[in-house]
Amino acid sequence: MKEFKVTPIRNGTVIDHIECGMALKVLRIIGMADGGKAQSPVSVLMHVPSKKEGWKDVVKVEDRELDPREVDKIALIAPKATINIIRDFNVAEKYNVKMPERVVGKARCSNPNCITNQNEPVEPEFVVESKNPPVLRCVYCDRQLDDIAGNLL
Amino acid sequence: MDIVSIRDLSREQIEEVMERSERMIPYARGEKASKALDGKILATLFFEPSTRTRMSFESAMMRLGGRITDLGVPSMSSISKGESLADTIRMVEVYSDIIVIRHPREGAARLAARFSSKPVINAGDGAGQHPTQTLLDLFTIKRIKKDFNKLNVVMVGDLKYGRTVHSLAEALSSFGVELTFVAPAALQMPKETVRQVERMGGRPKLTNRLEETIADADVLYVTRIQKERFPDLAEYQKVAGMYRVDRRLLREAKSDLIVLHPLPRVDEIDPEVDGTPHAKYFEQAFNGVPVRMALLNLVLGGEL
Ligand SMILES: Nc1ncnc2c1ncn2[C@@H]1O[C@H](COP(=O)(O)OP(=O)(O)OP(=O)(O)O)[C@@H](O)[C@H]1O
Ligand SMILES: [Mg+2]
Ligand SMILES: [Zn+2]
Repeated sequence: MKEFKVTPIRNGTVIDHIECGMALKVLRIIGMADGGKAQSPVSVLMHVPSKKEGWKDVVKVEDRELDPREVDKIALIAPKATINIIRDFNVAEKYNVKMPERVVGKARCSNPNCITNQNEPVEPEFVVESKNPPVLRCVYCDRQLDDIAGNLL
Repeated sequence: MDIVSIRDLSREQIEEVMERSERMIPYARGEKASKALDGKILATLFFEPSTRTRMSFESAMMRLGGRITDLGVPSMSSISKGESLADTIRMVEVYSDIIVIRHPREGAARLAARFSSKPVINAGDGAGQHPTQTLLDLFTIKRIKKDFNKLNVVMVGDLKYGRTVHSLAEALSSFGVELTFVAPAALQMPKETVRQVERMGGRPKLTNRLEETIADADVLYVTRIQKERFPDLAEYQKVAGMYRVDRRLLREAKSDLIVLHPLPRVDEIDPEVDGTPHAKYFEQAFNGVPVRMALLNLVLGGEL
């Protein structure tokens, strides 16, 4: 018997195993932060015990599936997250977010003096030095990206 | 082949640059003439003032029989009309065979290299990399000391912002040099560089007392503390006069200690040191020419 802290949803997406404290940033990525695109209910569980280890956040969105670009961004701030696609109340698909080797055009460089923050026809680009915790290094200015969540594009 | 960061060169390539640099010395002095780069054009793009680096690149190109073109007065050029660096590069690459760039923004040289099909050499990008300075520093030390192993190198001054010291420290530690970093706490070597040095097996010592390090030093690498880095003048003055290399300090030094400085100096080295056998900073400045000749020759080819 499943124990639900919120009403079960018929169709939608459950983003599970989000790093504690990152739920609101995940909402921003999927465009739900200020009610923006939300046409349907979104529920957020923050700081709930995880069967796997410690604590986690969970985001549940009804009647919506994520596009790959959103999933890629979630990987940058919540590398252990799983995406569960719910159809007719059941988990129809489940996959882990995947941190790529390179991150192109998804975050801006936190170095204000980096050439990618000028008017140049290039997308900011980072090499992933560590997947968990995520450590990204700008291929242009060679600096480590601080505050990934705050610099997402 | 581009030279944007010292990390673009393997250890073998660095050694090759040093060997080639040695062979370039008589040409750099004008004792021998070369046509190795006859017909080649070097474009120098200096978006920031520089005397030494620009002149030594130009001299290096001309000593190898090549020619030079530049942006002219920056205010007259398209840059002041708001052209992107990418567009400037796309234009310059069709006028030249190799591009040397100095730019106030970090990452500018990497961007230039991506847009240019011609080789790009970074002559300094903001607070970022300055690989040719690192190579000429390495060459100077190698040439005088012969061997890097077990050498004790003391770096003093602005180790936080001084762009040359970070890559020099990393490169030296990869050659097995022992490092000591002398700076006031606010200007000490960034943690990332210290960690990088440790990863290469080094065990750098960090201190703020120059007097205590001088007796064991084989190389004293002095850098300028820049006024621009400080929010107020009082803070600057507190640290500016902290380290001064003079005859009195050098009384404690080994007789074969060498003093290096990327220049220009302000008052961190007393001119009275210039006449001592320790002073090697003018030789170091000259070495900019053979080292840059070696790089141009390596990248563009051509028989000496
Ligand atoms: N119909 C539903 N409505 C709302 N949430 C659901 C629904 N079905 C499953 N979930 C939630 O989706 C997540 C994944 O469900 P699943 O049944 O696969 O759990 P699990 O076996 O613990 O998976 P995992 O190993 O990924 O933790 C859980 O957080 C679960 O509470
Ligand atoms: Mg679970
Ligand atoms: Zn950058």
